Amino acid sequence: MYGLGIVKGLWVTVQHFVDTYTDDIRWLSKRYIDPDKLSYRQSSKGKGLFTVQYPEEKLEVPERFRYLPFLLYEEKPDGTKEDRCTSCGICAKVCPPQCIWIERTEDPVTKRPVPAPKAFFIDTDICMNCGYCAEYCPFDAIKMDHDYEIASYDRTGAHVYDKEKLSKPVSYYAGIRPTDYAAEEQARAEAEAKKAARKAR
Amino acid sequence: MTEVVAPTVEAPAAALESRFPGAVTPDARAGYSGYVVAADQLIEVATALRDEMGYDYLSSVTGVDYIADGKLEAVYHACKTTGGPALVLKVQAPREAPVVPSLVNVYPGADFQEREAYDMYGIRFAGHPNLKRILMWEGFAGYPLRKDWKEAYYEGETKPFESRWPGGDFVRAEEKNIFSHNVAYPAGFTPDDWVPESEVSQYPVFDPSTQGEGHGLKTDKLVVNIGPQHPSTHGVFRMLVTLDGETIVNLQPVMGYLHRNHEKIGERNTFLHNMPFTDRLDYISSMSNNLGYALAVEKLMKVKVPERAEYIRVLMVELTRICNHLWAVGFLLNDLGAFFTPALYAIRERELILDFFEATAGSRMMCNYMRFGGVARDLPERIRDDNTLDFLNDMVFNRLPRAIDDLETYLTDNEIIRSRCIGVGVLPPQQAVAFSAAGPLLRASGVAYDLRRADPYSIYDRFDFKVCTRPNGDIYDRYLIRMDEMRESAKICQQVLRDMPTGGDILAGKPAYNVRVPAGESYGRVEGPKGELGFYIVSTGKTNPYRYHVRAPSFINITLLGELCKGHKVADVVAILGSIDIVLGETDR
Ligand code: SF4
Ligand code: SF4
Repeated sequence: MYGLGIVKGLWVTVQHFVDTYTDDIRWLSKRYIDPDKLSYRQSSKGKGLFTVQYPEEKLEVPERFRYLPFLLYEEKPDGTKEDRCTSCGICAKVCPPQCIWIERTEDPVTKRPVPAPKAFFIDTDICMNCGYCAEYCPFDAIKMDHDYEIASYDRTGAHVYDKEKLSKPVSYYAGIRPTDYAAEEQARAEAEAKKAARKAR
Repeated sequence: MTEVVAPTVEAPAAALESRFPGAVTPDARAGYSGYVVAADQLIEVATALRDEMGYDYLSSVTGVDYIADGKLEAVYHACKTTGGPALVLKVQAPREAPVVPSLVNVYPGADFQEREAYDMYGIRFAGHPNLKRILMWEGFAGYPLRKDWKEAYYEGETKPFESRWPGGDFVRAEEKNIFSHNVAYPAGFTPDDWVPESEVSQYPVFDPSTQGEGHGLKTDKLVVNIGPQHPSTHGVFRMLVTLDGETIVNLQPVMGYLHRNHEKIGERNTFLHNMPFTDRLDYISSMSNNLGYALAVEKLMKVKVPERAEYIRVLMVELTRICNHLWAVGFLLNDLGAFFTPALYAIRERELILDFFEATAGSRMMCNYMRFGGVARDLPERIRDDNTLDFLNDMVFNRLPRAIDDLETYLTDNEIIRSRCIGVGVLPPQQAVAFSAAGPLLRASGVAYDLRRADPYSIYDRFDFKVCTRPNGDIYDRYLIRMDEMRESAKICQQVLRDMPTGGDILAGKPAYNVRVPAGESYGRVEGPKGELGFYIVSTGKTNPYRYHVRAPSFINITLLGELCKGHKVADVVAILGSIDIVLGETDR
């Protein structure tokens, strides 16, 4: 019968439409307040509305989500900070759009390089969020962040992050990427134990 | 399933040598394959290849600048639609006067590709009917892919650039861009006196000399400009349409608005740098792009990919195919005027797939996931609140098949869709092959050519799936074929989850950032969601590719657009374009 195909299609639309409302009624106003509800609705179990009412609702990002790199520093018990970065330059070399600029520290007397960056810039306008810098840094000194709300009013200066703006404590890293952090700490501990064993022998 | 006997390249090629003594010689350079053909015999050789040896499909045409030898080289990859590897032909010409005969009359699919090679290298293809720039604008000076051409923001021959470390004197990129001091004008050119060439002389469609039919009235033909900013063109793409009443007499695509010379950037980059750049080609299917590029480089490096990584790769690219086809079907409906309801129903499942990509690779669309010899990371433990394997099993066994069924019920029998799509934009099989059409566009015309079977790569020989075809080659069949292919992809994903080894390496060797790739050339190609995606790479043994070319299915499939639209109504243009399914990131590169 002519038109039956359209009717069949409309039936699908009706089902979707009904799903939307049963879903809404089920959660009522909790939808906006309760992050668990959002997460459920977005999961493979969810039915009905799939859209996220950003910025009222925000989806949690997965651990591996990558958005702009940051530099890690250790917080020493005496309150000082120690950069993990040794200014080895690998991240600057592996960066595809070449948006990392590192100035190596020099010993004022001997003029020999000192393993610490004097200055560190990332042009975030150019960064393509590829994650290579974090992947290939041998010292776990640079990692990809989760903070994606970075709009600013200044187009020129504000998008160039210097060392101060890039630096975040290791505890922050452990917070956003607990699995990776645990794995790295474990690998480090093992390596150190091996080294100690070799020394003892 | 079509049984494909793997033919060897050597047999017909040896016949070529004896047939054209002196004109066809094996390419003896280390790491190279194929044949060097004398320019004056090229057309005869190509005709013999096509008619006598079964090489009916010209997959790719491009150029290479061997500046040290003072030569430009045109490189052709010809294939058989019955399967087998590509045969590589090369024609060399002096850099000062590079003239190579055009193959448009033998393989019409060479049309846009030769124009691109002319645009980028200045190789003159003698006998080409419309040898004009295609990606750069008319009036552009120089040939940007030549090795001695330097871009306005030029900093060094190859990355990494010296200035980044250990000096680190930061300069904003904008200070160096084309409006600043780095620009050079050709001799005798002053921007103030420049008058742009008029469009009328550039594009033959503007020729108003012919008059319309007009059914008794005296009418003029009308040129309508669609795009570059038009919601139906899926990006910045322009079509010049000559109309007689409502009927299309001629259509000429104009492209290049998104051109960033991906290939030049690729030749400045190191091999590894290129991986995230491939994400930005067809940005709907970054996983497939990653795989194609990884295969091309792995061929040169001769690395063996670990089992688990192979399975993960296949899972990723097949899910990508589903994403792409959902998107293509949804947007085809948009183009037909069913504004966004079907599109959003279609891409709902895509969201879950993207969640999976994000949890695994770290990004939803710019995945940058494959590495030479494997993948970047193993699958994560959990995706949101679910165990990853449960999530995947539920997705490929339940959700995806259900969603595809749902979409079929929703659309396939719809009378409006049928009346708009059946018999419109018909592409006969011979024409499809001649024009080097690829992917769903080719298979909807009844040609069972799918690289996963025709020239198997990765571990596709282990899976049971059908190469789908449809007989009619119209918009409706191009819609149906995408539905068929999604089902087959889901089937492959199911087999992957069934057979995937649970543990083991995901990368051959240690992660290395400055890989040196052995000298030679390689052509890695995959059956991307839009068709054959090929990467032609020439390495000189350094950490940067000497030549990096992308055979972009979106670009080559567009060669047919004008042919497909002729005789149809202006409203059909949008639907025909939608059914070809292009992404401008890949078309313009
Ligand atoms: S961040 Fe890592 S890779 Fe980059 S310079 Fe510092 S230590 Fe080297
Ligand atoms: S994420 Fe990629 S582009 Fe961004 S700074 Fe790191 S290496 Fe460079």
